[in-house]
Parts: sequence; C-alpha cells; structure tokens
Amino acid sequence: MAGHVIKAEKLTKVYRRGSEDVYAINGINLEIDKGDFIALMGPSGSGKTTLLDIIGCLDSVSSGTLEVFGRDVSRAREKDLVALRRGNIGFIFQEFLLIPSLTALENVALPLYFARLRKEKKFLTEILKKVGLGHRINHLPKEMSGGERQRVAIARALAISPKFLIADEPTGNLDTRSSQEIFDIFRKVNAEEGLTVILATHNPKLGSQTSRIIYLKDGKTVLREESGLY
Amino acid sequence: MNTFAIALKNLARKKVRTLLTISGVAIAIAVLVSLWGFDAGYQKSLESDIDKMGYQLLVTAKGCPYEAATLMLKGGGGLLYMPEGVYDKIVKDPRIDRITPQLVATAYDPQKESSDSGIALYMGIHESYLALKPWSKFKFGGWFSGEDADEVIIGYEAAEFEQRAVGDKVFIPGKDKVLTVVGIFERTGTQDDGIIFMPLKTAQRIFDLPGKLTGIGIKLKDMRELSKFEEDLYYEPGIQIISMAQVRGTILNLVSSAKAMTNSVAMIAIIVAVIGVVNTILMSVFERTSEIGVMKAIGASRADIFRIIWTETTLICVFGGIIGNILAILGGNMVEYALKQVLPYTPKGHLVIITPEVLVLSSVGAIVMGLIAGVYPAFRAASLKPVEAIRKGE
Repeated sequence: MAGHVIKAEKLTKVYRRGSEDVYAINGINLEIDKGDFIALMGPSGSGKTTLLDIIGCLDSVSSGTLEVFGRDVSRAREKDLVALRRGNIGFIFQEFLLIPSLTALENVALPLYFARLRKEKKFLTEILKKVGLGHRINHLPKEMSGGERQRVAIARALAISPKFLIADEPTGNLDTRSSQEIFDIFRKVNAEEGLTVILATHNPKLGSQTSRIIYLKDGKTVLREESGLY
Repeated sequence: MNTFAIALKNLARKKVRTLLTISGVAIAIAVLVSLWGFDAGYQKSLESDIDKMGYQLLVTAKGCPYEAATLMLKGGGGLLYMPEGVYDKIVKDPRIDRITPQLVATAYDPQKESSDSGIALYMGIHESYLALKPWSKFKFGGWFSGEDADEVIIGYEAAEFEQRAVGDKVFIPGKDKVLTVVGIFERTGTQDDGIIFMPLKTAQRIFDLPGKLTGIGIKLKDMRELSKFEEDLYYEPGIQIISMAQVRGTILNLVSSAKAMTNSVAMIAIIVAVIGVVNTILMSVFERTSEIGVMKAIGASRADIFRIIWTETTLICVFGGIIGNILAILGGNMVEYALKQVLPYTPKGHLVIITPEVLVLSSVGAIVMGLIAGVYPAFRAASLKPVEAIRKGE
C-alpha cells in the first residue's frame, strides 16, 4: 500500500500530575491504512481517548513521531493542525456534542462553514438521509433521542468528506439496539466508501465486527488481533 | 450558515439573560443620548433666548450677578432698584443705538396657584421697548393711550392662560387696582409671553416705586465699543452692567457643573453596562466550553471562534443601542421635565434636542462598546484547547 493514513512510532503522551509524570500513552507504534476499520479496546484509563485525540490532531505529542497522510505532525503548530483537521478528519464523541441551538441540518453544515465550503441544502439532506434522519432535518438536538443525536453527529463528521473518522465510544451512551444501528452506519461507510474508521469501544461484540482490534492497557498496546468476523 | 446566524441563535438560547444584558446597555445609551441631546438643546435654547432679549447690555442695581442673570432672563431685571437718574445720565451717550428703561414687579395671585407658584410678573415699559424688540407685534389692540394710563398689554401666553381679550379688566392682586387690556402681543417664544406690561409710570405708581427702575436694556451702535462702554459705566455708583455674553457664560457655568455630574453618571452607567456584557458573555463562554471545543475539533480556527463570540457581544450592544435610542427619543419629554425641576434657569423651547447626528454617534458608540466588551471573552474562548474544552464539558 502506498503510504499509511496514520503512522505512529514510539508515541508518548505524558501529563504532569503534582510531582509525578503520568504516561497516558507510552511508546505506541501504530500503522493505519486506508480503508481500515479499527477498534481500540481496553479498560478505562488505558489511553484510548488520548490516542484518538493525538491521531485526530487534537492534542500534542510528548515524544515519538506521528505521521498523518505521510506528513510529520508531531511538532506541528496549532494553526497547521486546524488546517489538517478541516476537511480531513471527522470526529464523533460519546456525548454527541451537537450545538444545541442549531438544527440537525445546521449542525451538519457547521464544519462546512468553518472549512469555507459552500454546499447545497440538498447535499446536507442527502447526508442526513444516509444516516437515516431524512425526516428530522429541522429538529433541534433536544427534540431527538440519543441514537438520533449520534446520527446527526456522524452526518456532521461525514459532511466534509473526511479521509478518516475518529469515534470515541460512539455507542457508550446508547442502548443495545441503537448501538448496533449506529455501529452499522460506520460499517456501511467503511465497506461502501472505503472510509477509514477508528473507534474506541468497551463493547466486545461491536469490537469483534471491525477488521482489527487494538487492545490498550496502561498506555501500551498489549494485543493486536485481526477480527475474523469482518 | 454564517457567523451572525450562529451568534444570534446562541443569544436566543438564554433569552432572559440576553434581554437583561441588552436592557443594561439600552439604559446606558439612553442616558448618554439624553445628555448629548440636552447639551445641544440647552445651549441652543439659551442662545435663542438671549438673542430675543433684543439688547446686548443690561444695567441693573448692584447685587448678586448670578441672581441678576437668572432674574434678568426671567423678566428683564433683578428685583433690586436703582434711581431713574441713571437712565437720564446714560441715555445721552452717543454710542447707544437703542435704550429702554424697565421696572419689573411681581404680585402673588392666589388664583394662579397652578402655574409658576402663583406669582404674576408685571413690567413697566417705555415706548422704546418696542424698538429694541422689533419682533414684538400686536396680535390684538395696540400701545397704551398715555404714559400714565391704567392700561396693560399682555403677553401671548398670559393672555391665553387668563382668557383675556382687548377691553377686559385686569385686577392686580394685593394692590386693589383694575387696569384695562389695550393690547395682546403675538407669541415670541420668550419669557415676554408670560408678562403683563404696563406703562413705566403706571407701574411705578401702582407698585409704589416712584422714580425706580430694575433695569435698563441697551443696544450699542457698534459692538466693538462694548468693553470701553462698560468701563465708562464701571464707576457709576450702585449699578452694574451685565452683558449678554456674560449672562450666557454665567448660566452655562451653572449648568456645566450639573452636566459634569450627569456625565459621570452616564460614564458609570456605561462602565456598568460593559461589565455586564463582559460578564454575560464570559459566563456563556464557560457554559459552552465543550461546544467551543467541538467547533475547534470540526475545523474552527481561533479566528472563527473569536469572530462568533465577538459578534455575540457586538449584537447585544447594537440591540441595546437601538433600544436605548428609542428610549431616549420617547423619554425626551420626561428628561426635559426632570431637568426643568433641577436647573437654575431653563430657557424656552426644547431643552433636549436629539438630532440624527446624536443617534448616529450613539449607535457607533454602542458598536464600539460591543467590540471592546467582546475582546476578552472572545480571546478566552479562542484560546481554549480543543481537547481540554471537550473533556471539561463532558
């Protein structure tokens, strides 16, 4: 394969807590290729979120190198990281984190506005239809269920046609049925559009449906496993 | 989707809080506009009052210059008396273009209690009075039949208030004297409108002030001779000369101290309003920490966030400015009424004149206020680190 989407070597993130250094992630090596569907698993505090933040260019690296689309971003400035995130990386969070004052459609339009991209309303509606929310485009987040809100969040991430999606426990706040439905959307965009998806989950059933699982513990990868199911 | 829409929707989320903050700005702007309006209006009215007095100099008996200045504008002379001889002496001066003697007297009228604390103002005048006030025209009737006639000419408002017509009888309270109305002046827009005029000699007789005057109005042929003329009269005993320029300065001086106080009140109102806006927006930034983090995660730059928050503060101040301007226009009469109660002298005409320039200036002021108030909250929001912001909100 010509170049990795993400390549990390000896990736380390250290926080200072009092007089103590805490290694949120500690020397992780990682290669993610286009079309990968990866589940990050591991107990709470194992470093899943930190790793996602770093490879999503939201957080800085303490040491090691990180290449995104072949470009070393481990020493990049905030301004360059913003430019990289815009139009390349889609984020989905456990808490949905929609803007409460904006409708579903407006929430989806927001990243396009920041990326200075003009799109027809039809384009936005199509994306909402793709996640099964064609009938809720003018609803505010508070008028929607958790599953619906997460669908809006996925649509928002997809609006900029990203190169990869980062989802931090996207089903953590959902019931079993909604969880599977949301997961199916990820599987669909991965399978049909070849979109790279990296998600963190506590749910082994969902994890087993990805192409690769990376287990983390105490900031280190402890096990990599190719999932047979996918 | 644009910055305005996002900012507006954010403000609409906490309607009560936003409205309260806007009210704070509106009140501050209303105070400011009223003050500026007063500044312009008072000066203009005062100047027009002084212009309409017709004379540049007034000779009065020696007394407190402030009291004299105020009383003079109210009726043409301080209620201190000087002998008629002064007039006879000055009248021959070749530098004088026009000159008129006057005697002001007051009488308490219990039937007039509703207006001006029941005091009726009378002025004894000489025929030369009309020469100094060419705009004083008769609406009805004409001049007195003689120098000692028991007749009056009434100012427009006094006539209207007392429902008098030519031929009616006027009773002078406390003097048991009845005079006949021979003329009614047209409206002049000055204090003269409220005065009852009678021949100088009649006034001296009725009010028991033989050979007395309260003032002598003088117009010089050449204004440049003013200071020399004043100097010549300086050594004349028992009198003082007040020039209209001096009166204007004296009154503006009195008013300026009141103005300084109200100006500081306006400044305080604005500072409080700005602090209110900063507080509201800061609070809203803290509440939206995770939202701001998400916006950054999905591609918002520091400048984008700064712009959104800045727009929110500016919108609050712009709305406040608009409402404040409307309040000032609607409340202008109320402010005028209040000012009339506290000011030492209030000219005729509008005290508060709100011009389009004042409105434009205050609107620009409101925008500037918003821009200034927005800097710190916008900077705080723009400086949030996406990861920390997102996690803080969770």
